[in-house]
Amino acid sequence: MSEMAGVNRDLFHLPEEPHHPEGSSTMLGFWMYLMSDCLIFAMLFATYGVLGTSYAGGPGPRELFDLPLVALNTSMLLLSSITYGFAMLNMTERRQGPMLAWLAVTGLFGLAFLSIELYEFAHLIHEGAVPQRSAFLSSFFTLVGTHGLHVLFGTIWLVVLMVQVRLKGLIPANCRRLMCLSLFWHFLDVIWIGVFTFVYLMGMLR
Amino acid sequence: MSQCSTPAYLAPMPARRPFKRLIAAALLPALLSGCDLVVMNPMGDVAIQQRNLVIFALALMLLIVIPVIALVALFAWRYRASNTDARYEPDWDHSTQLELVIWSAPLLIVIALGAVTWTGTHLLDPYRPLERLDATRPVAAGTKPLQVQVVALDWKWLFIYPEYGIATVNELAAPVDRPIQFRLTSSSVMNAFYVPTLAGMIYAMPSMETNLHAVINKPGNYAGFSANYSGAGFSGMRFRFHGLDDAGFAAWVAQNRKAPLPLSRANYLKLEKPTEKVPVIRFGRVQPGLFDAVVNQCVRPGTTCMSDMMRRDVGDSAAMTHMPGMGMPQRPRPQSPLTTSDAGAAPPAKPADIRQRGPAAPDQSRTPHQKPL
Amino acid sequence: MASPMTVSPFAVSPLFGRFTLESLPLHEPIVVATFVAVALGGAALLAALTKFKLWGYLWKEWFTSVDHKKIGIMYMILGIVMLLRGFSDAIMMRLQQAIAFGGSEGYLNAHHYDQVFTAHGVIMIFFVAMPIVTGLMNYVVPLQIGARDVSFPFLNNFSFWMTASGAVLVMMSLFVGEFAQTGWLAMPPLSGIAASPGVGVDYYIWALQIAGVGTLLSGVNLIATIVKMRAPGMSMMKMPIFCWTSLCTNILIVAAFPVLTAVLALLSLDRYAGTAFFTNTLGGNPMMYVNLIWIWGHPEVYILILPMFGVFSEVTSTFSGKRLFGYTSMVYATLVITILAYLVWLHHFFTMGSGASVNSFFGITTMIISIPTGAKIFNWLFTMYRGRVRFELPMMWTVAFMITFTLGGMTGVLLAVPPADFVLHNSLFLVAHFHNVIIGGVLFGAFAAINYWWPKAFGFKLETTWGKRSFWLWVSGFYFAFVPLYVLGLMGVTRRLRTFDDPSLQIWFIIAGFGAFLIALGIAAMLVQFYVSIRDREQLRDVTGDPWNGRTLEWATSSPPPDYNFAFTPVVHDGDAWADMKARGYQRPISGYRPIHMPSNTGTGVILAALSVAFGTGMIWYVWWLAVVSIVGILAVAIGHTFNYKRDFYIPVEDVTRHEDARTTALMGAVA
Repeated sequence: MSEMAGVNRDLFHLPEEPHHPEGSSTMLGFWMYLMSDCLIFAMLFATYGVLGTSYAGGPGPRELFDLPLVALNTSMLLLSSITYGFAMLNMTERRQGPMLAWLAVTGLFGLAFLSIELYEFAHLIHEGAVPQRSAFLSSFFTLVGTHGLHVLFGTIWLVVLMVQVRLKGLIPANCRRLMCLSLFWHFLDVIWIGVFTFVYLMGMLR
Repeated sequence: MSQCSTPAYLAPMPARRPFKRLIAAALLPALLSGCDLVVMNPMGDVAIQQRNLVIFALALMLLIVIPVIALVALFAWRYRASNTDARYEPDWDHSTQLELVIWSAPLLIVIALGAVTWTGTHLLDPYRPLERLDATRPVAAGTKPLQVQVVALDWKWLFIYPEYGIATVNELAAPVDRPIQFRLTSSSVMNAFYVPTLAGMIYAMPSMETNLHAVINKPGNYAGFSANYSGAGFSGMRFRFHGLDDAGFAAWVAQNRKAPLPLSRANYLKLEKPTEKVPVIRFGRVQPGLFDAVVNQCVRPGTTCMSDMMRRDVGDSAAMTHMPGMGMPQRPRPQSPLTTSDAGAAPPAKPADIRQRGPAAPDQSRTPHQKPL
Repeated sequence: MASPMTVSPFAVSPLFGRFTLESLPLHEPIVVATFVAVALGGAALLAALTKFKLWGYLWKEWFTSVDHKKIGIMYMILGIVMLLRGFSDAIMMRLQQAIAFGGSEGYLNAHHYDQVFTAHGVIMIFFVAMPIVTGLMNYVVPLQIGARDVSFPFLNNFSFWMTASGAVLVMMSLFVGEFAQTGWLAMPPLSGIAASPGVGVDYYIWALQIAGVGTLLSGVNLIATIVKMRAPGMSMMKMPIFCWTSLCTNILIVAAFPVLTAVLALLSLDRYAGTAFFTNTLGGNPMMYVNLIWIWGHPEVYILILPMFGVFSEVTSTFSGKRLFGYTSMVYATLVITILAYLVWLHHFFTMGSGASVNSFFGITTMIISIPTGAKIFNWLFTMYRGRVRFELPMMWTVAFMITFTLGGMTGVLLAVPPADFVLHNSLFLVAHFHNVIIGGVLFGAFAAINYWWPKAFGFKLETTWGKRSFWLWVSGFYFAFVPLYVLGLMGVTRRLRTFDDPSLQIWFIIAGFGAFLIALGIAAMLVQFYVSIRDREQLRDVTGDPWNGRTLEWATSSPPPDYNFAFTPVVHDGDAWADMKARGYQRPISGYRPIHMPSNTGTGVILAALSVAFGTGMIWYVWWLAVVSIVGILAVAIGHTFNYKRDFYIPVEDVTRHEDARTTALMGAVA
């Protein structure tokens, strides 16, 4: 560390204890967790890339995907990211009420996304396009479903955080958690853009 | 040949000279001379070249490994704490020249080894047709290699000779000095086909086909086995490989032809069931196209071949819905391989209907002829 | 949707899943005898704990502790206990292979033997090597960087218990049901539901998934610790080399273990939900599993060896009384190895029909790894050069490592030449090679580290007579056990065989068995060494905290270190910080203490891990209600934990003063 360059080399302890405030590593640690999660998605994308054309004589993307529905779903998730952003803006300005309101809106968009995804899955399964039908369908359901599970987990986390903010207010620990969830939520958005492009749009081109 | 004769030290010992056994056991060379290091002493040209590479690589690395080990011993001794005569420089921790040497010495060896690796790997690629019978004899122009189709079953080996219309279980034979082309697959799980005296191993994998080219240069009775663990009966998955002269091979073929049992699809399906330590079985006739059906997982009547399925997958999938019978499967989950009603194609009634996969087939990339990466 | 029950030969009851009384291996005398021994031993241990009223102490001071030092020690104990189990498997294999000749079936049937070699591999890698490596890093890294704990102390406790939960599931499989019979990587189609319908592969999957959570989180934790918690003045290039190798190892963990998680998840979907990822039909592709598992698997071997490279660097430098030769090139060598670890995975399956160019590429990248590794060996060599080498036990292990590992590295590069691999792949030559680098590298490193840091952890040195006995037994046992396997590999003998035809092989297996016997004595000698050292701890006591004339910060504090590690955070000016402080006439401050901010203990980690065992059991046995209840429980406990905001406290200044004054007295006593 360059600030030590001018320090007397016979100094063994600083007069003021250097302290690592609680949570000073949290964002770094959470970022690393997100990257490891990203790697799981990378594996699922790779799997879809390898198996995505193995229809085993079964249906392919063109017969299955309802692009307008998926576009609607995408807009739900994108909007939820924007509303989460509004919540964070309110957080930095310490306006707890509006922040909670925006979080609630975000959660509702998340639930809308999940409902549409479940509807899509139910529809596919009803048509017989079950995950067991072909390697393509296995990898499709796994990739999209894993993302959906993450959104579900994010939504639960969101609700928990709203309760905690109500209980404790915007204390540093809660703000840190909100920032982590923010990273997580936007991360899921980025992943979904990959899914939408790579699975749905390019699938329709095949 | 590959069967080791029982070494003297394993024979019952005269009670008067017990120390002899101790001496024999203590001497590594004595032990080694008692047995056949088949990997170091193979009888097929491909395996011989592989052996040569092993020796070359070892020799190259010993150039640096021996000095390193000697230096460890030397420094450990010379700079031991009790030897106060040795120089002691507690703060000496860097030398650019020395660093250059310790990085470049391994680098040079890796460059040399890397060059040999590149050429050796290409020349000894199991997919590459042979160009020589041994170090002095090239393969004569127009020589047709002996075709052998190998199927790894639970837990035995099936060898099909399409030119001769015969097949054997757990016995392989080839004429000396004639190139052999193996096509390999497996019925259910992964195995590795390995005849150490002949050539390096290659995996035999379900719904995939691998190839191996090799030649045996000396007559003999050699060991072959699966070199990849494949389940409970794996240890017994061994066979004999006979290197025969031309007359001997002709006689061997004739003997097999006399076998009354045909390798029909039905018989294959019976053979496919898991069994252990199976004695040699001979089939006098073989249903044509069986091997391709095994690769494509469609020996069982009524199953669609993977190659056909893949060919349709590449086609316009949207158009497929208009093909007769091409709707969604009615059963929610097909447990068995797809039936024709799932895929909408007529069952391959005659073996000839199974698409023959030639090396130049236009959809080669779509066949399950898989290579990693 | 049809459930896997339709393909499973087991009847599935709603209450017990597919568990029946037949799942208990009552017909296997070896297992029953083992169970009786374990049960008696366990009962005796539990009774002793109760009698001496140790439960409260263990719970409060150890199980719920977030102190990185205690967690590190618990990891090491887990690793050593599991070493005994993994080694029993090894002895069973050696015995079977030494007698199963000439038509003899040996004493193990295929069902049993195939579980033994699978369990041996899984346990040795995941539950011996990994806990020992993680334990060492946990114990040493915060001390070496002058920190009071890791970045996320609670996660550290949780990580340990998740690893322990995985071990519990593997041990459970010994007595309830069966373990996988697939080999340690459980390659499909053999590990698919069709070829392996039993619970074995499911035990494998859930043990690894649960332990994997712990491994990943501890990787994140240690990276954050090294990046964020270094003492003032300690720039990256002034970090002890062990911290560098730990950093690279944890980067490898974070970047490799998610791959394992993903690939095992896909395999479980194939097994549980009937998907078609790795199936032979319906478009599945088993080669994908092979590629993905090795994309994790190759970095994994560097995860194990890199920290040990750090150990050897510290030990060589300390016992040569010299700075490490070529610190900078050592750092870059470590980084190069970290990156290259991801570019070599295909060398594990040259023989699966890849093209010649692909094979050559991966062969050559593998050889390139030998360049930085070779440079490291030279660096240790030139650290000894013009030093004063004290042959204490850690240094003895290091010299044994340098010779053994060089040989193992050589056979490794040989196997990287694809045409050579064609004749040696899957053979006992390969088995000898990786034991040569894992025993010669990882285990010798672990033993060097245990002998080196034991006095730091417990305040007394390890006894040397039994230590030397253990050393010689281990080293000679290793060569007796594995040189024959090299020879057998050249005789064309493949791995995982249960019975043999060729009688001329037997003598080699007998020699190898003798080697394993020597290693068993070596392990016994090591346990005796621990016992004797604890018994004679007063004679072996070290009050200085710096018994080896160490060079890095962990030797600056007392042995064992106080909970807060350092009363005053040291300031670092030089690479060998403690050696530098000593050279400049460092005087330990004896007054002016302040209260110290520390994390509080919590039982949440233990509870979550216990629920994970329940969840794994439910999934393995198809006891769906148990799986659902425990996953809901895990969520509830985790959420409940986040409602606890009071996770830290201050150690009062009186406590710090009392502890430091005791050390002052002890130090003066040592001088007088």
